[in-house]
Amino acid sequence: MHKENQPLIFEISKEGRIGYSLPELDVPETDLAGLLPEGLLREEPAELPEASELDIMRHYTALSKRNHGVDSGFYPLGSCTMKYNPKVNEAVARLSGFANVHPLQEESSVQGAMELMYDLQEHLVEITGMDEVTLQSAAGAHGEWTALMMIRAFHEANGDHNRTKVIIPDSAHGTNPASATVAGLETITVKSDENGLVDIEDLKRVAGEDTAALMLTNPNTLGLFEENILEMAEIVHGVGGKLYYDGANLNAIMSKVRPGDMGFDAVHLNLHKTFTGPHGGGGPGSGPVGVKKELIPFLPKPVLVKKDDVFTFDYDRPQSIGRIKPFYGNFGINVRAYAYIRSMGADGLKLVSEYAVLNANYMMRRLAPHFDLPYDRHCKHEFVLSGRRQKQLGVRTLDIAKRLLDFGFHPPTIYFPLNVEEGMMIEPTETESKETLDAFIDAMIQIARETEENPEIVQEAPHTTVVSRLDETQAARKPVLRYERPESAEPVAVN
Amino acid sequence: MKHRYLPMTESDKKQMLDTIGVESIDELFSDIPEKVRFDRQYDLKPMLSETDLLKELSGLAGQNADTNSHASFLGAGVYDHYKPVIVDHVISRSEFYTAYTPYQPEFSQGELQAIFEFQSMICELTGMDIANSSMYDGGTSLAEAGMLAAGHTRRKKLLISEAVHPEYRDVVKTYALGQSIDVLEIPLKDGQTDYDALRSMIDGDTAGVMVQYPNFFGQVENIREAADIAHENKSLFIVSSNPLALAVLTPPGKLGADITVGDAQPFGIPEAFGGPHCGYFAVTKKLMRKVPGRLVGETNDEEGRRGYVLTLQAREQHIRRDKATSNICSNQALNALAASVAMSALGKQGVREMAMQNISKTQYAIRAFKEAGYEVLFGGPSFNEFVVKCKEPVADLNGRLLDAGIIGGYHLGLTYPELEGHMLIAVTEQRTKEEIDALVQEMEAIHA
Repeated sequence: MHKENQPLIFEISKEGRIGYSLPELDVPETDLAGLLPEGLLREEPAELPEASELDIMRHYTALSKRNHGVDSGFYPLGSCTMKYNPKVNEAVARLSGFANVHPLQEESSVQGAMELMYDLQEHLVEITGMDEVTLQSAAGAHGEWTALMMIRAFHEANGDHNRTKVIIPDSAHGTNPASATVAGLETITVKSDENGLVDIEDLKRVAGEDTAALMLTNPNTLGLFEENILEMAEIVHGVGGKLYYDGANLNAIMSKVRPGDMGFDAVHLNLHKTFTGPHGGGGPGSGPVGVKKELIPFLPKPVLVKKDDVFTFDYDRPQSIGRIKPFYGNFGINVRAYAYIRSMGADGLKLVSEYAVLNANYMMRRLAPHFDLPYDRHCKHEFVLSGRRQKQLGVRTLDIAKRLLDFGFHPPTIYFPLNVEEGMMIEPTETESKETLDAFIDAMIQIARETEENPEIVQEAPHTTVVSRLDETQAARKPVLRYERPESAEPVAVN
Repeated sequence: MKHRYLPMTESDKKQMLDTIGVESIDELFSDIPEKVRFDRQYDLKPMLSETDLLKELSGLAGQNADTNSHASFLGAGVYDHYKPVIVDHVISRSEFYTAYTPYQPEFSQGELQAIFEFQSMICELTGMDIANSSMYDGGTSLAEAGMLAAGHTRRKKLLISEAVHPEYRDVVKTYALGQSIDVLEIPLKDGQTDYDALRSMIDGDTAGVMVQYPNFFGQVENIREAADIAHENKSLFIVSSNPLALAVLTPPGKLGADITVGDAQPFGIPEAFGGPHCGYFAVTKKLMRKVPGRLVGETNDEEGRRGYVLTLQAREQHIRRDKATSNICSNQALNALAASVAMSALGKQGVREMAMQNISKTQYAIRAFKEAGYEVLFGGPSFNEFVVKCKEPVADLNGRLLDAGIIGGYHLGLTYPELEGHMLIAVTEQRTKEEIDALVQEMEAIHA
């Protein structure tokens, strides 16, 4: 099944071919040498490809066939909420009045775009239970940093300059501590207890007068609901800290509980997860931030306001942390999220979380006999298995992941969270049918059996992909990060 | 309630509950403290059918003036350019847009190779050694460059030209605040960075010098001089650059840039009311291990076939956690793909031709304004933007232009008080001679 090398676009390039069509220049051509000072006129052209439109299309079609998306098959990548990306979202985001609008136009000429943003903010306020939402942050990590900057500014405005510590559970995503660092704050880790939840005694120990905030995902990265959340909120608020909600896992709790009601002061959402902005092969995402009243003065600039039914951007925000991104966020993704919320309605969003949780618990129960389940209790929208039983037989979680590729499934998130040995984090989402879940479960059970009877087939997987396992050590040791044309290169056929 | 995105049937539900051993879905949520359970329905606008959704959002979209209904002369960092039609066809292939970060390379070779090609094309245009897989946008990319410089030099001051996009400068300042880095602005001299001022401002605490090329006013500065000043002081030289201009300008890599950043929006990416666009980030070899974000590298599989993987990940947040110097995780992969397709379609010849058209049409417009008696500011060469002193308040003028089917330029007085009443006008290859003439005529109409 493995195929030969896939040519690069540069390798199909042939001098003299073009793939574009510009109108004839209808004004006199400028003499560049006369315009530019010496040394600023480019001497060597940029070696971009030269190919016809068909060959370019074939090239990228060939690449797309070497890629797996949600539309290709099941993609239970834990913590990433790989649900169906509705096609109508793509259609509305491409409406000319949204796609071809400049961010610096007169506000009177973009009221429709601003109304959509405002309405989306209002919907997210209701869904999160916060008091105000900004759409400016471009992705989850950007939202984390934005909110931490606001929390820092809040403390500093209170003369609290020693609140420099952010408490983060040991199971947290790597962006949490990294965002804290980039916001100029330090990280303290709080341990998990034997139930996979934040250890309350340890939280009491680390919380204090230097606490800026606790960052928490709830349900946490094990897919477990932090049922002591109210006590945790009391501890953190008790010492004067703020509670930050990482919304990566919001898909589990819509209509069941709201971050704002649990005591969180700030929250970011990943619109590309719960609200179906497509993941795009790694982005663009959108990471709006919601805050409680006390933090509103610190929101990034500008703030979208409505006055007498006219929408306007307010730049007069003396306590604002400033601008975090040019313009107003990833509007195109926000349009998609808005379309999704309007397509689901309140009843639909409730079912989304209910079915996401039902699907995850069903899978967990069916897989539990075959793999270790470190925390045996109801999960939320995802759960974490351990491959330590298989590891004792010489098959690692990485091998299981690679073997799943042969069945046409994208593997779960593996080796995360860090506090589970040989972890596999499985998130089915609500858009998958029971038949799909069963097919995946059957594959997992078969792999567990293979591990006992014929481990080589797992250890040597994948067998059916376009390449076999890739040498990551070589990639890091001798980095080749760009194409460079060899001295003599003959063009090759496109695929 | 039935919904086209939710395949669950009543019989599925029953079987699954039985397997789990619970009576109801509610039991699965019993660990949420009763006190905070949400006991009502979300108060949202009513659900819409697909037909009604299209109708309602088309209505909202229809309220906006766009570049199909209007001839746009607005630039200031976001441009109306030719988008080869194949771009949207490629990025609409759902194998690309419904995938996530290529964590499983055997299942993601398409995306990985596309990013490797993007990195290569950005290197070609910028003349840099290494480019990453993308950043959120040009502004945050510039801010990250500043943070890299501070970390690399262990210095705590950035000097940024006032000729850098005002919103980019604001973003740099916000990031710098987090890292306790000072940001000082290098003043202007005739619409270009005042290099004499730079010389007097730079000192042993300066981590980086940041300029824009072409600058915010469209002027092509001779940045080689600034590079020399930075390097004499062992500061990094950081250039924010419109990649389209680099088709005809000497690339920053050849002018001494240590880091070149910018936004690939001019290549096939819609304006989309400001985002998502596509930041790029390129460096010299010596900074390879300091680059934020994802990098794709070439390698081989077990049988020696060529393949691509995410590499040098020890730099990134998921490994370094609180030791990471950047927290970026999701980036703008799909827009990097769009830019790659546009750069491939335009190709070696097309990027030059498109850039040349921008220059020629801009020169035509400058002459037209001068002939109509307008003062056109700044003496340096322009790429696709220039500054005109208006004869009436810019907001009024822009309102009038909208009525005439024209999106006017950017009011510089909003961010440069000394340029109150001045407009930054962008002329891309999309504008025809007739549209340029019409712009001048309409601006004159009220004074005739």
